[in-house]
Amino acid sequence: MSFTNLLFLIIAFSLFSYFFSSSRAYKKIKEATSKPSALPKHYGQKSLLWTLFPAFLLLIVFTIVAPVFLDDLYLKKISLIDPSLSNAEIRLNLAKLKNVAGGAISSNDTIILDLADQYKNSLSNVSLLRTLSVLLLSAILGIIISSNLSIKKNARIQVESFLKSLFFISSVIAILTTIAIIASLLFESIRFFSLYPFFDFLFGLHWAPNIAIRSDQVAAQGSFGMIPVLLGTIVVAFIAMLVALPVGLFSAIYLAEFSSKKVRNIIKPTLEILAGIPTVVYGYFAALTAAPFIRKVGMTLGLDVSSESALAAGAIMGIMIIPFISSLSDDVINSVPQSLRDGSLALGATKAETTLKVVLPAAFPGLVGAFLLAVSRAIGETMIVVMAAGLTANLTINPLETVTTVTVQIVSLLTGDTEFDDIKTLSAFGLGLALFAFTLILNVIALVVSRRLSEQYD
Amino acid sequence: MKKNNTPQDKRLLKRKRAESRLKAYGIVSICLALIMLITLMTSIGLNGYSALQQAYVKLDVKVESLNVLDEDGFFSKKKALLFNWDGVVRNSFLSNFPDVTKRSEKRALRSLISTNAGYDLRQYFKRNPSDLNKDITVWLTVSDDFDQYLKGRFNTSVPEKDRRLSNQQIEWIKFLSTNGKVDLKFNKGFFTNADSREPESAGILGAVVGSTLTLIVTMIFALPLAVMAAVYLEYFAKPGRLTDFLEVNINNLAAIPSIVFGLLGLSVFLSLFGLPRSAPLVGGLCLGLMTIPTIIIASRASIRAVPPSIKDAALGLGASKMQAAIHHVLPLAAPGILTGTIIGMAQALGETAPLLMIGMVAFIIETPDSFTSAATAMPVQIFMWSDSAERAFYERSSLAILFLVGFLITMNSLAVILRRKFEKKW
Amino acid sequence: MVKKLNYKFEIKGVNVFYGSKQAINDISLNIEENKITALIGPSGCGKSTFLRCMNRMNDVITNCRVKGKILLDKQDIYSDKIDPVQLRAKVGMVFQKPNPFPKSIFENIAYGPRIHGLGSTKAELSEIVLDSLERAGLINEVKDRLDDVATGLSGGQQQRICIARAIAVNPEVILMDEPCSALDPIATARIEELMNSLATTYTIVIVTHSMQQAARVSQNTAFFHMGDLVETGETGKIFTQPDEQRTQDYITGRFG
Repeated sequence: MSFTNLLFLIIAFSLFSYFFSSSRAYKKIKEATSKPSALPKHYGQKSLLWTLFPAFLLLIVFTIVAPVFLDDLYLKKISLIDPSLSNAEIRLNLAKLKNVAGGAISSNDTIILDLADQYKNSLSNVSLLRTLSVLLLSAILGIIISSNLSIKKNARIQVESFLKSLFFISSVIAILTTIAIIASLLFESIRFFSLYPFFDFLFGLHWAPNIAIRSDQVAAQGSFGMIPVLLGTIVVAFIAMLVALPVGLFSAIYLAEFSSKKVRNIIKPTLEILAGIPTVVYGYFAALTAAPFIRKVGMTLGLDVSSESALAAGAIMGIMIIPFISSLSDDVINSVPQSLRDGSLALGATKAETTLKVVLPAAFPGLVGAFLLAVSRAIGETMIVVMAAGLTANLTINPLETVTTVTVQIVSLLTGDTEFDDIKTLSAFGLGLALFAFTLILNVIALVVSRRLSEQYD
Repeated sequence: MKKNNTPQDKRLLKRKRAESRLKAYGIVSICLALIMLITLMTSIGLNGYSALQQAYVKLDVKVESLNVLDEDGFFSKKKALLFNWDGVVRNSFLSNFPDVTKRSEKRALRSLISTNAGYDLRQYFKRNPSDLNKDITVWLTVSDDFDQYLKGRFNTSVPEKDRRLSNQQIEWIKFLSTNGKVDLKFNKGFFTNADSREPESAGILGAVVGSTLTLIVTMIFALPLAVMAAVYLEYFAKPGRLTDFLEVNINNLAAIPSIVFGLLGLSVFLSLFGLPRSAPLVGGLCLGLMTIPTIIIASRASIRAVPPSIKDAALGLGASKMQAAIHHVLPLAAPGILTGTIIGMAQALGETAPLLMIGMVAFIIETPDSFTSAATAMPVQIFMWSDSAERAFYERSSLAILFLVGFLITMNSLAVILRRKFEKKW
Repeated sequence: MVKKLNYKFEIKGVNVFYGSKQAINDISLNIEENKITALIGPSGCGKSTFLRCMNRMNDVITNCRVKGKILLDKQDIYSDKIDPVQLRAKVGMVFQKPNPFPKSIFENIAYGPRIHGLGSTKAELSEIVLDSLERAGLINEVKDRLDDVATGLSGGQQQRICIARAIAVNPEVILMDEPCSALDPIATARIEELMNSLATTYTIVIVTHSMQQAARVSQNTAFFHMGDLVETGETGKIFTQPDEQRTQDYITGRFG
């Protein structure tokens, strides 16, 4: 039975047990001498939750674990039949037999056909097992809870503490996600570093993943020195901040301190539009309009500008970051108490002097936090650089030349046709780990620095 | 007042000028940002508006029903597949040029019509079997180079050998155009077709459906979890190190680059859990994880904005904390939560990088029909098209961008209007 | 013999509106030079609003309109020829809640003189800072820690920093908006002491909701009620034999 059908069935069971239990509870409460502090519907809810949740969890776990388990089983079977096969070849065979079992391709290999038949049987057995176990669990629990209804127990409190735990688990998802990110990045990176020396990655000056053609040439596999890639990220981010910081900051100052309410109410949402434009659109504009334009201008000035210059990518990334800085700075500036401004104005300072000498220094920690978050954004940005920056790692800080960035390399290494275990795809995870660590540090510093702002006014 | 003290007055003038300068910097910055926004949208608009039209060629055809229908008079897929639709198209088209006899020239002529024209003709008769056995006129798509030439986007200044259209082909095009055999009509296919190798048959339907399915998964996954987490953090969490740790994690998650979520999806959802590649299910889960922190933060702000007096009133009447939260506070916080969700969804709709990682960048010709079938999404479609060499894809991706951005602006405006409408209830 | 009174401020027919709501109704009042004038009245009667007119701080509030004539040394401060920036260097203000800048004590006090060009080198500014601190009676407490952040001081000390800061720009008038309401009695007493010593050099106008304070420090008192100026005159007379019944009711505690 399919996932959705099973889901509907157990939901139906739960609803049934809800109505059953609540009507039983209603009768019992009427007949009872002392009233419990729970209503019939709470007993119904308790039944519903018991009927639905364990079965639902079982359904999810089964659906996720079964294919993993099956894959493992058949991988072992294949390697038993032919122990000489490499890991990659075993996986290839597994993919083949799965496709044959699914009817997508045909094969003349009797071993594959036999295994495919076995696989089909396994699939249907697993499906049957899932259906039976989920439905049984749901039905049995539902019956037990509904029949053992005792109004001496306060069902409402039981239901609420369950909900509370559920809410708690939801908030833990954030931690789980972070752990999952760190774990997966670490896991794959460690596999990478078992194939390629860690310090060569960290400090190597040469990045060329595609040099070797033969896969068994480990030594000539290609260089994975991350410095030029990291440098490219920094150059592009630097250019982006050069554009975004002044424009964003001055806009924020004007909107927060000098503009009338009417102007502010029109301009602020308009700047927000810049923030809502997807990065792929910026990348599109950068690659197809901005980069050629910059190239043309450069040529007329006699400069040699690459068609995928860091300048083009950085400038457009800067435009994308402007609303980010302007809106964060605006919030920070507005949170400076009016009493400080009054104090300065009462001393005969102009508004500009008040802004520059009192408000901005007071807002400084928050502004630094905003700046760091913007830098973090620029470093992690993907689409603009994928479309407008280049693929070759160039160890340069010249904005007119082409560079590649960490995010571009991750995308290019993982969207090719290479196999998952290949050293190239693993190197992408190494880069991913570096990127994550970098942005994590920036974010933490930004958080710590902005917290100092609120500590000043208590 | 003070006597007219010239040094003091000069100083005051200097200070006033400094203020004017600061204001000027602000205005210039804002204008720069606005100009860049306008330039961005205008350049894309100028490139994309022509994609609303597609060039079609008028052909006279007649197809016998025995080629298409079976004995019972129903459309026979087998027969239709075997029939030489391409031949019908070619013959009809070549009849406009009776003087062309050389084989190479005939090939050059044939290439002026879309390679999908035969397929389109077959689909036409499938939908309109009553037109069989009749002399009818159909309009079929021309090739993308032809289409671009008619729209004035073909660069004729390039030397002939470097061009995709020879001078002779251009002469033929002009001939057809002056004789009314070619016309620019509304590009319906853009909205009803999925992706295709040929620009003239490519449309955004597949991407739109893919985005919709992905977004549905994102919302089903992210919204309940985020709201539950927000309620927990606001009402039930005991202040202490664990709660602080949870909050730090959530804020941190909101600032992680989106590509990292793609890496997570690749290694956990695809490799570890074995979920199908390129599926809206996986894309939705990745984007959901990204959106959860945004919705948590927005929900917490809305819950906090509900006056504590309401919660206290409920508690005073004997409601439990959970009941107060669910029955009284959440409904009042709902508009704010809704606003945050819309904004989160708009962000997710425009995300590309994580989807690239989990494989939604494959070339998919069919519109996806389930959450587990291979699909693509709007921003990814735009990305793929912009990579193509054909100019016609350039104009189509521009139009797709206009639609995507238009839709996102609508979503964000809706969120802002909702926020303003429900802002001052108490 | 009639003493020729020198009026620092001559205020005629002032009306103040917040949007469509009128806060001050046609008030005329004269402020004597080098004396302390107290503005008293129940809360919300417009005393602070009136005070803020005198240094055009109401300009900062967006929907506030001021009508009428306010003459400082015979010049209308609301005329186009007068720049509020210069006005406020002449008429200083101390606020209800102490608002030192989150800078060092030295920087707080040097801020005003610096922007008005009263001193530019460290030496010149030091002289002004130390002088102001001395006149504010704070010099002994902070002279060793001028580089400490001003916000780390106690409430009373912070308020005296604000007074020193106001003095440092060499004003002629000091406006004080309930300067002691956020302070404890001991700090209050010190500030009242300070006011007395300052009155010989500056004209002081103080808004206070404490009648006892008004009676203690001021020479003249004006009683405000619901945006009207009910009565004004010598402090002694107001508190013992007021002309108006409303004044009598207020000082005997029948309302307020």
